[in-house]
Parts: sequence; structure tokens; C-alpha cells
Amino acid sequence: VSAAVDHAGGDGRGHVGRAMRRKEDPRMITGRATFVEDISVPGMLWAAIVRSPEAHAAIVSIDKSAAEQRDDVVAVFTGEDMAGDFAGPMAMVWSPPGVPINTPENWPLSKGEVKHVGDAVAVVVGTDRYGVVDAAEQVFVEYAPKPVVVDPERALEQGSPLVWESFGTNRTHVWRVSGGEIDAAIADADVVVEQRIVNHRTAGGAIELRGALGDPHGERITLYSATQVPHIARFVLSLVTGIPEDRLRVVAPDVGGGFGSKLQVYGEEALILALAKRLRRPVKWIETRSENLMAAHHGRDQVNYVTLAAKRDGTLTGCKVRIVCDLGAYQLLLTPFIPELGFPVMGGCYRIPAIDLTFEGVFTNKMCTDAIRGAGRPEGTYWIELTMDRLASELGMDPLELRRKNFIAKADFPFTTALGITYDSGDYHGTLDRLLEHLDLDAFRREQAELRERGTYRGVGFSTYVEVCGLAPSRAVGPQGVGLQAAYFESAAVRVHPTGSATVFTGTSPHGQGHETGFSQIAADRLGIDPERIQVVHGDTDQGPWGWGTYGSRSLAVGGEAVARAANKVQEKAKRICAALLEADPEDIELADGKFRVRGSPDKFKTMAEIAGAAHVPPQELPTEIEPGLEETAFYDPENFVFPFGAHACVVEVDVETGKVDVVRYVAVDDCGPAINPMLIDGQIHGGITHAIGQALYEQVVYDEQGQLVTGTLVDYGMPTAAELPSFETDRTETPSPVNSLGVKGVGEAGTIGATPAITAAVLDALAPLGVEWIDMPLTPMRVWEAIEAAKGGAAA
Amino acid sequence: MIPAEFDYEAPDSLQEAIELLSRRGGDDPKLLAGGHSLIPLMKLRLSTPGLLVDLRRVPGLHGAQRKDGHWRVGALTSHAELARSPLALAAAVAGSIADQQVRNCGTIGGSLAHGDPASDLPAMLLACDGSVTLQGPSGQRTVAAGDLFRDYLETAVAADEVLTEVRLPGLEGWGFAHRKFHRRSEDWGVVGVTALVKRSGDRCEEVRVAMSNMGSVPLRAVAAEDALRGSSLTAEAVDAAAGAAAEGTDPPADLNASSDYKRHLARVLCARALKEAAGLT
Repeated sequence: VSAAVDHAGGDGRGHVGRAMRRKEDPRMITGRATFVEDISVPGMLWAAIVRSPEAHAAIVSIDKSAAEQRDDVVAVFTGEDMAGDFAGPMAMVWSPPGVPINTPENWPLSKGEVKHVGDAVAVVVGTDRYGVVDAAEQVFVEYAPKPVVVDPERALEQGSPLVWESFGTNRTHVWRVSGGEIDAAIADADVVVEQRIVNHRTAGGAIELRGALGDPHGERITLYSATQVPHIARFVLSLVTGIPEDRLRVVAPDVGGGFGSKLQVYGEEALILALAKRLRRPVKWIETRSENLMAAHHGRDQVNYVTLAAKRDGTLTGCKVRIVCDLGAYQLLLTPFIPELGFPVMGGCYRIPAIDLTFEGVFTNKMCTDAIRGAGRPEGTYWIELTMDRLASELGMDPLELRRKNFIAKADFPFTTALGITYDSGDYHGTLDRLLEHLDLDAFRREQAELRERGTYRGVGFSTYVEVCGLAPSRAVGPQGVGLQAAYFESAAVRVHPTGSATVFTGTSPHGQGHETGFSQIAADRLGIDPERIQVVHGDTDQGPWGWGTYGSRSLAVGGEAVARAANKVQEKAKRICAALLEADPEDIELADGKFRVRGSPDKFKTMAEIAGAAHVPPQELPTEIEPGLEETAFYDPENFVFPFGAHACVVEVDVETGKVDVVRYVAVDDCGPAINPMLIDGQIHGGITHAIGQALYEQVVYDEQGQLVTGTLVDYGMPTAAELPSFETDRTETPSPVNSLGVKGVGEAGTIGATPAITAAVLDALAPLGVEWIDMPLTPMRVWEAIEAAKGGAAA
Repeated sequence: MIPAEFDYEAPDSLQEAIELLSRRGGDDPKLLAGGHSLIPLMKLRLSTPGLLVDLRRVPGLHGAQRKDGHWRVGALTSHAELARSPLALAAAVAGSIADQQVRNCGTIGGSLAHGDPASDLPAMLLACDGSVTLQGPSGQRTVAAGDLFRDYLETAVAADEVLTEVRLPGLEGWGFAHRKFHRRSEDWGVVGVTALVKRSGDRCEEVRVAMSNMGSVPLRAVAAEDALRGSSLTAEAVDAAAGAAAEGTDPPADLNASSDYKRHLARVLCARALKEAAGLT
């Protein structure tokens, strides 16, 4: 397999901007990738976790004698047994200034009580992978069930069962952010639209399950974990387990998808480390799909009460939203902050003079929510875009015309919103215009009318989104900003070897995105070598500088910029060495066509291999003030977020007899600045839209009223497959960001953030002639049918 | 997903397989064919047989042969093989099951013996008025489709019997159609309908409709059949008959569908399948 069919060949073009094939793919598609599951070490034990079948209960007793008596079992531990193995509880890192948050202690194994189905109660460690699962069934736990609450709004009512009695309430916190005069804006408006919108609970759905292997050796322990954040994991796990950071190495090997579900430091990771430390043996745990669906964090689960106010001509005056956020039973790493993460772009692409957002967190007897697939921003995009459609309908305006009227104009960037957030750059009219070049709306409306005559119901829906990513300017989100007890810079080190190949170390931690390819392209142009001669090393706290990992579409805009900066430093040094070798002025050295040349003397040049050789085996002519070696490090903390945007259109056909929705066309025009690799962008967009189609039409985590998880397998948690998807039509515009030198914005989450409203809007457009005005996601066939029946005036029997 | 411990045998003959079922009856033995229903249940530990008797080495259980106007289909014939066979209706139904990997492994005998009312082949057998051959310690017997399915995942196949062959009629002179409603193409049907119509001029001489997932066993839509039999084959007549498709059914609600929605789907799919079977589309 050739990894590079399209790379620079001395034609003067750089590597950046080319659709270079992914360097990762040969090992991925030939089964040679190394996931945690693939790693075995001598003497390795296996762990299986005993989990609660109860949604809320006191643990009366745990009888582990039968399991302990098995020959293949080494140890069985409960939460009490391991009380001395942890220096502290699991971490939650948000403390918003001036806002109290109820945060219960969260231990890797429950002590005395369980709070949701799947809560970890005990662990069995043994010599056989199958044996520990059998043994876990022989740990007999007696539970005394307690009252359960699963609905977040019911949980806020007087008299609701309490998830944590010690707090006296299920409300975790209330956080309000506002700008402008919202009450006046609503009072002075001609039209006020109010809509209750549900953003239901979804799962990450990574194909690789979670897994951890703790391997003690000498004074140190290595943790192999399927994580998006190896450095954060070491930081947090060091605090939880008491293992000093210098003695703890965390490795994220190849990781098969995360979608936020591995932006977490899980109790299971701490548990495996503590077991390895206590037993002095390597211990491995690979979860099952059922465990993943019940105990890897979920996302979304919000009820949004949206008020949008406008003048008669469509000019927006204000937006007020109350957001009830179901956080589940505990606070994981970022649980209470995830709904708020979207606040900088709540209000969308529009100029809105007053915005007022109130977030209310709620405990329920369900798995915790945290970052999943866009994390806070899809929810915000969903409510603003669908409410814009409602407003257009109320005003009798074309929904695209209403959008155009309120778009922030290209000339007005950088634009500071009512919330004090500065959008870096944008051309919202441009992406919408481009979208409509691909989708002839007049022709569609004619076709739609003809088809309706024949009983075929098609509809089109639009979404014009802006999202916030490139996490993050540390001062804005840190302790004195919104209150995260963290920073969000990124690091890179570039090492050129004596023969002129190079290794790039990044603090980001890819799990499918294609960093090895994209970062090679960025470094290649700056080093004057082929991307094939560059290895990108990631995901290992023993290699390369400290970094914050991969999530929030940050890797390119923050980590890629760090790579560019480190490579630029190497280039500067290479120019000085080259100048010395050629007896020229360093100012006169330029990198062109892959060679370091003396400006104006094209025959005088050195290659990177020659320069690297001189750096490592310095010849006489190299001045002593030039340090030997060719290796530089950069830490980059951005000045601002970046704000990608786009315009999406979805065409659906609804079978009005059965309620089934088919996505007929999906057209996406996205703008994430200049492309580093257009093929990687398309891949990210395809995946994101697929997740959005999943959320809009298929996927939902369902608990029954007793808190039992109904969607415990992938039969019931219905992620769409290729058979359910159209062939995506993608295009891009390129509006550079002034925030970083590459001009880039993130794109990993753009599809999942932008697409859901277009899908729902398309269904509502298709069903408009039948009088259907609203359906909450997921738009399952039964819900669509029920909405049609209800609109007919008959009850949906 | 790790199953509980079990023993495994792969006998070389049918006789040996039957003997194993009898001799090891106390171990709650299960026959393993394609394994695409059994193995997932075992991995979820919803099924914990002490012995699996794998039929893979037993000869003579593959392929379809025409004899005396009927088709005889070996129990180990995979859905993929059936989909490529000349049995038009059975091929269409088998080709609609799950995805290609499942069809490559799953077998007609396994599906019928498992008796999942949501599966496609049981309702197809019922609509065709087919039968199965069961081989046990005391010999061979034939069970008609109408007597095979007893209750949810419960069939007339005794613990010491092997379902060896499926008999399907030739269907000359019949029009037929299969309609399945599912959320994703690989999912079980929320409701499925198989319809057979025999025309006599413009009239319906005979009609058979079977439905999947409308109860604990596959069901015939008796009221719809009665309404259409003997009447003229017009779209209106079919719609009227299909309106009775759910009569007498009480399908259990599940994650994807309420009982009412399933009954509604049964009527819609019945109308669509009957129209196609009657050549009205």
C-alpha cells in the first residue's frame, strides 16, 4: 500500500493542502495496529468488575467467598477492601467562580451505596480471562433498593427521590451567563417564539471498547489505556492512586475511536493501577460492549426552554434559554461543564443584542454525562437553528432569508457577541451561497410539489452553524476564567536525526483523526523533507513534552500550530547552520523546493540531510556558538478559540404510512480555514454527519422508570450503518483564522454539531402539509407516525 | 462478551448427534448450526447450555432439491445459499435477513428451530404451508408449519431431535411478496409480512398471509385472508382485507414499537405485500 500517491515532488508546491493518503491506514487496514487489547505482558492477570443491577440501593452485604475459593482467582476486592489503595477520589475539575457545585465523592468502587445501573461494586482478579467473568457472577451482593429518579425535570420537583440525600436536593448548580438587556429585548420585540426542545441522551459508540493494562516494573508502573488524554490521565491518576508522576507512565497506543467517551479519567483506570500496585502483578481489564453502554459516560440529555425575540422585519432582539442538564449520578472529569462548553456560540451565526443563558445541573440515577460528540455545542446549535425556523414560520418569512438578515457580516469580524465572546473570522453568507449552488432550492421545491401530488413526501432542512473549538486559551477557560482547574496549551517537539529524517512529538493523542499524516505535512514543508521521512509520536507520557490530549477539535488549531512553531524553530537553526556551511548570511537563506538555498544563487544550497549531518557531527566551519543537535520544542497557548462554521442541507423522504425517514441527500459546505489535508477533512465531516444522523433518527440511550438501562446492546442502541446513509456531498470555503499562523480551525466535531437541525428540519418540512409542527429527537418511525396521527386530529391510538 | 463454560462436540454423523443429545440430556445440550442466534445469547449469558453439539461435520444437510413438486432444503443451508437458490420467495426472504456476514453463517434449520417470532423464515414457512422433518432416537417425523411454533422461542422440536430438512411447496401459480419494516437494514423486523395470492382471473382463489413479530409465534392473518378469499382482486378489496390484518393479535410493545404501532404496521405491510403478490403494483 502506497501511503503517498500525492505528495510534493519538487514542483514548488508544498505538502500542506494536499489530499495525501493517511500514513496510519496501512497498519490499520492490515490488522497490524496495536490496541490495548493487543498488548500482553508476562504474568498478566485479568480483572472483571461486579456491577450493580440496581439503579439506587444500599449495599447490605457482599459475599465473595465462592469467588475467592476458585483456583483461578487471585483476589476479590470491594470498595471497603480498597479504601487504603486510593489517595483521593476521582476528579472533577470545574469550579466556576462564585457558583457552588454539589460534587459527591466518587470512588473507583462504590462504598455502601450504588447510584446507577452499572456502578462498580467489586473487582475479581484472576489468571484466566474467562474465569474472572465466571467468578464475578459468584460474588453475591445483597442490595436494599431505594427510590429512583430518572427524569431530570421530575428530579427538580419537590418530594422527588434524592440521588444524594446529603445535599438535600438533586440540583447540582445553577450557572447563568448573560449579556445585553434581555428583559427589555423581549418586551420590545414584535414577535416572541417559545419552544421546549429535548436534546436526548446519546452514547459515544466508539468501536474500540475501553481497556486498561497496569504493568508494574521496578519502581515504576506503566498504564496502557484506551484514552484520548494520556497526560491528563497521568496527572489525575497520580493524585488518585498516590503514585508519583515520575514513576507513572501512561501510554495510549492505537485507540479505536473516542468521540469524547475517552476524554475521561475513569475509575476503572485508577482501579487497574491500584490493583497492579497492590498485587505487584500486571493486571488487564477490557470491558464488554454491555459494560461500555452502561458505564462509559453518556452525553447530551438536556431539556432546553428557548425564547427567541425579533422585530416584525425579522431582526433578532434577544435570546433567553433555560437549560436543564441531566448529569447522571456523579460528577466525572468535566460532567457539569459540558453543557456550558457550548455557551460561547449559543446564539449561533446571528447578531443578537441580548443573550441570557441559565444552566441547571441535575442528579439522576443514571450513568454520568460528559463530553460526547461535540459536547454542548450540538445542543446549542440544535435549539437555535430549529427555533430560527419556528420564528421564520411565525413571521411568514423564508427561513434562509431570516438567517441572511441576521448573519454577522463578513466585514464585521472579528465580532464580539453579546456574551463578550470574540468570533475570529467568518463568511456565513459565503457558505450558504455555496451550499445553494449545490442544492437548487427552486428545482427542489418544484420536485417536492410534484411528488406530493403522488403521495411522496420529501422535505429539505437547513442548518447554518458556527462552533467554537481549538480548546483553548488557558486564561479564558482556566481558574480565573470560566473556572476549569486546568490549562489548554499544546506542545510539540521536532527532532531531526543525523541522516535527515525527523520525529515529531505531539502532546495531542489521536484516536482515528489522522494526526500522523497531517502533522507530517505541516512539519515537512517547514523542514524541507518528505512527509514519508517524518514519524509522528504521540500518546506516551515518557516521550515528548507534556500535552493536553485530543478533544474539542483542538489538535490541529492548537497542537498543529505547536508543531508548526517547533518546526519553524528547527528551520531557523537549520538556516544558521546552512549559512555557516555556505559562508552566507543566515538572512539570505531560504527554504525552497525542499532545499535551503542562498537567495539569488540558486546553485548554492544544502539539503536538510546535509544540515542535520553537520548539526550532529559539526565540521570545522560550524561556529562554536551554534549548539550541536537539531531539536526544538514549542508550547503554544492560543490567544482565542477558533470558530469554524458552515451551511448544511438535508433532503429526506418520509413514508407517511409507516413514519420511516430516509435521508435522500446530504450536502455540507464547511469552513475550517485553509485545508492541511482535504481528505482528512472529508473523513471528519462524513463521520460527524453520520453521528448527527444517528442522533436525529436512530440513537438514544433509554432508561425505564426504574432506572434500568433498556438500550444495553448495539441491537437496541441503534447506531446507523452504511446502509442507512446517503453518499455525502461535501464542499468547503476557506476563511483563515487570525488566531494561529496556519489560519486553521478544527473540524472534528463540525459535522455532529452542524447536522442534526438540518435533518429534523427536513422531516418537519416534509410533513408540513400534514400539519405536523414539532417532533422531538430521535425521529423514530413510531414518533413520526404518532406525530402524523396527532396532526390528523385523531389520537395516535 | 464471554459465555459461561460449556462442553463442545462435533459429531460426524446425524446418529451420533442424536445420541449425544440423549446421552447428555442432563447438560442441557444445544445444537449449534450457524450460531447467529445462539452464540449472542450465550455471550450475554441469557443461554447457558452445558454442551454444544456442532452439526458442521454432519453430512447431507446442505442444499435444495426439487422432488414431487416440493423443495427439500437441508437444515444447514445458509441464508446466503438460500438467497442464491431458485426458490424465489425463500430466496427473497433469506436475502433480506440482517447483513451478509450473518447470512453467510445463519441457517434455515437453525432459524426455524430457534423459533424467534421476529425472524423472517418462520413466517415464510407458515405462509408457504411448509413443513420440517425432525429426526430423533425413535425415528423421523414431519411437522407442519402450523404445528411447529409453540410459544416464544419454543418449537415442537424435542430436546433429543434434530431438524434435518425443510419442505417448501413449489408455488407454481402463486404470486408472492415479502415486506419487512425495520429501523436499520440489519435489524430484525419490527413487523414482517409474507403474502401469497393465487389468482383465478380477476378473483382471488386462495390467499395466505403470515406475519412476524406480531405475537409470541409467527401468525397467519386469518381475518385478512378470509376477507380477500373469493373476492375480486382490486386495490380497494386488498386495502379492505389488509385492514383486518391485525385482528385478534396482541403484539407486545418493545423499544421500537407500541402494540398499536405494530398493528398499524401489520395493516400497512399486509396491503403492500398483498398488492405486490396480486400483481396490483
